[in-house]
Amino acid sequence: MRGEHQLFAGLNFVLGSGELLQVQGANGSGKTTLLRSLCGFIQPQAGVIHWHGQSIRELEEDFYSDIIYLGHLNGIKDELNALENLRFSSAMAGYEVSDSVAIAALRRMGLRGRETFPVKVLSQGQRRRVALARLLISKASLWILDEPLTALDVSAVGMMQEVIGEHLVQQGMVIFTTHQALEVTGVETRLLSLS
Amino acid sequence: MSKLTLFRMSGLVINRELTLAMRRRADVLTTLIFFVMVVSLFPLAIGSELDILRKIAPGVVWVAALLASMLSLGRMFSADYLDGTLEQMMLVPQSLSMLVLSKIIAHWMMSGLPLVLIAPVLGLQFDMSAGALLVLIAALLLGTPVLSMIGAVGAALTLGLRGGGVLVSLLVLPLCIPVLIFGTGAVDAVTSGMSAAANLSLLGAFLLVSLLFTPWIAAQALRISME
Repeated sequence: MRGEHQLFAGLNFVLGSGELLQVQGANGSGKTTLLRSLCGFIQPQAGVIHWHGQSIRELEEDFYSDIIYLGHLNGIKDELNALENLRFSSAMAGYEVSDSVAIAALRRMGLRGRETFPVKVLSQGQRRRVALARLLISKASLWILDEPLTALDVSAVGMMQEVIGEHLVQQGMVIFTTHQALEVTGVETRLLSLS
Repeated sequence: MSKLTLFRMSGLVINRELTLAMRRRADVLTTLIFFVMVVSLFPLAIGSELDILRKIAPGVVWVAALLASMLSLGRMFSADYLDGTLEQMMLVPQSLSMLVLSKIIAHWMMSGLPLVLIAPVLGLQFDMSAGALLVLIAALLLGTPVLSMIGAVGAALTLGLRGGGVLVSLLVLPLCIPVLIFGTGAVDAVTSGMSAAANLSLLGAFLLVSLLFTPWIAAQALRISME
């Protein structure tokens, strides 16, 4: 529910380890609302969301240490450089990493030579890459990605498919929305359609 | 999974806020310059009648501090809200209240502390005695953090609203009146030859009570604003 408007009802699904779920739907069908509910930002009007058999409302902080969420906003600071942004956001999630680990993650994301540029001089796609580099450092098992591919070029999309594939092989879980094609080899994408 | 200790997390947040402030120094300076200008306007407008100036000094400094702190409130959460860092902070596996408290401390270090440091210089324009200046500093040290904390609640409640800047002042200013009364009362007491202890103790009590409750209230308000 957003305001008086009902977006979806009667939704029921279980995601197991190593599974990839794509949430589909037209613009305004409630994809983002669903993902934000899964993170606990929005409380559903009815129904519950469980994680390992316990309601996420009760788990709270224990649940947050198992998930990573990437929304429409990148969650990075313009005034800081890519390295500072990545190290801070990872540290807040509980992974304090050295410069070399963070630089390696940024390079893998194709930001070689841009590590110490203030984010405000980077392009939209490069900013997205900075935000996505968190995925490489985090050990969270559930990734909730809202339109992760916006502004990314072809090579970066390929890279994301690879990264998601690796995460699934390690028994991770990914829920994402996208309007672009995202094919992860060796894994069947489950579809959830909102209409 | 290595969970951060609360202490380490606060350190990280404060450090980041200060780094950010250093890269946008203009924000910090505007608050400070506003404070200096407002306080300096009074001696210019009223003239050099020292008796009147001495009498109004604590009130003028406190009102100016209150207004200056309103100026910087809008920035406390809104930038983080707009670029998405706030929603990431809400997913940090740590107490959100502690995070908010760290942000408040950092905010005070950039908006409140500079006012405290420059106030004695401004007090000289009003021919304040050394004793009165000392009490003024003590009162500001106890009182300005309270302004930041009450302000944080207002800023969190009005997050994402249009015209939030004005609204936050309307919400927060009435709540700051007790701080204003006892803050000026402390200086008045000293200038009239009494002890400022009672007023300062009350300011200290305000500080402790708001330290206990406001971070939690602001955290709840942020959760509501994020829906």
